[in-house]
Amino acid sequence: MAARSLRVVSFLNQFFGQLGGEEKAGVGPQVMDGAVGAARAVQQALGDAGTVVATVICGDNHAAEQADRAIPELVALVAAARPDLLVAGPAFLAGRYGVACGALCAAVQAELKIATVTGMHRENPGVELYRRRVYTVETGAEATRMLAEVNRLVALGLKLARGEAVGTPAAEGYFARGVTRNVVAGASAAERAVSMLLDKLAGRPFVSEVPRPAFPPVPAPRLVKTLEGATIALVTDGGLVPRGNPDAIEALNATRYGAYSIEGKSSLDAAQYDNPHRGYDTTWVKQDPHRLVPVDVARELEQSGAIGKLHETIYSTVGVATTLAHSARMGREIAEKLREAGVDAVILTST
Amino acid sequence: MTPVAVMVGANRIVSAAGIIHPLGSADLSPDEEKALRRRIVEQALQALRTEVAKPTVFTRE
Repeated sequence: MAARSLRVVSFLNQFFGQLGGEEKAGVGPQVMDGAVGAARAVQQALGDAGTVVATVICGDNHAAEQADRAIPELVALVAAARPDLLVAGPAFLAGRYGVACGALCAAVQAELKIATVTGMHRENPGVELYRRRVYTVETGAEATRMLAEVNRLVALGLKLARGEAVGTPAAEGYFARGVTRNVVAGASAAERAVSMLLDKLAGRPFVSEVPRPAFPPVPAPRLVKTLEGATIALVTDGGLVPRGNPDAIEALNATRYGAYSIEGKSSLDAAQYDNPHRGYDTTWVKQDPHRLVPVDVARELEQSGAIGKLHETIYSTVGVATTLAHSARMGREIAEKLREAGVDAVILTST
Repeated sequence: MTPVAVMVGANRIVSAAGIIHPLGSADLSPDEEKALRRRIVEQALQALRTEVAKPTVFTRE
């Protein structure tokens, strides 16, 4: 090995930095020379390849509660040690610690252009928050196999710091970052699909090449009021917009939604509306917008007292080839506005 | 499209009248069409009052 010995900084929480347990979780960012606490495992894994020049430590509560201040302070401590590589954690299943590791690695990469690696259990919230930006090695829930797992972190970290090629998530043991890389496969797609099908039929293990997005379960809220006292809003992903599409909602792959007043309207006049949605034949909805957004019957139900109130704003977007990330963001934004307006429930009509 | 709604985790799903006109039907007379729409909206209101623990499809009677 002719490679030069690398300077490495290890980031730990108060527990793995041997400052103390929960009673020390409030301690702020600090730095110690050399390898302290669990950083000794990092040094052991590095061998001659590098030296832990400093151990940076921050209490879990401090990092979680004052992240806006703590992360920049930690970045400054890392910068002062002039490392080639930051190894954060591993955090195992410790949530505050995992989030701090991810946040620090992301900030160090972005601001200092220094390679980083962290490690944690797949259910650590730090995984979902940072795996797309930070190489995060999968570990167990507890520190029982600390040395073996630190070895994997360090092996990946050395590749990153040296600018060497990094293998697939499965080969290197890190969480997929959502990056697509072109590779030359040994067989055509048809051959691979048939062989996968044969494996499936024979009950043999197989791995899909197209992972499906995971949809975390959303708890179903209860309607706390009676319908007679509730404000109901109408929302649609079927693309209804006022004529002229004032918000320029895209015909597919939408990133925008519109909020349109129905104040004073007992029904929707087809001449005043349009529909840019390119995922279904909108002829019938353009003829009569109520086929998508039932303002007419909702007004009748409001007048008869079956519902307390119809919310005076309808929200609309185009749901076709819309990315999960934009859908989730738009849903969150619309839900926040509805909640601020005192809406109790939503009927979302979808095509 | 109700299987998609179940897959993505929508909790209260009312099966409606079709993709091109979920709350209507060009084959019906205007009065019949509005009555159909009212039934679907009333069923949605009923679904809102129903406690569910997982994605649940309310089918049209």
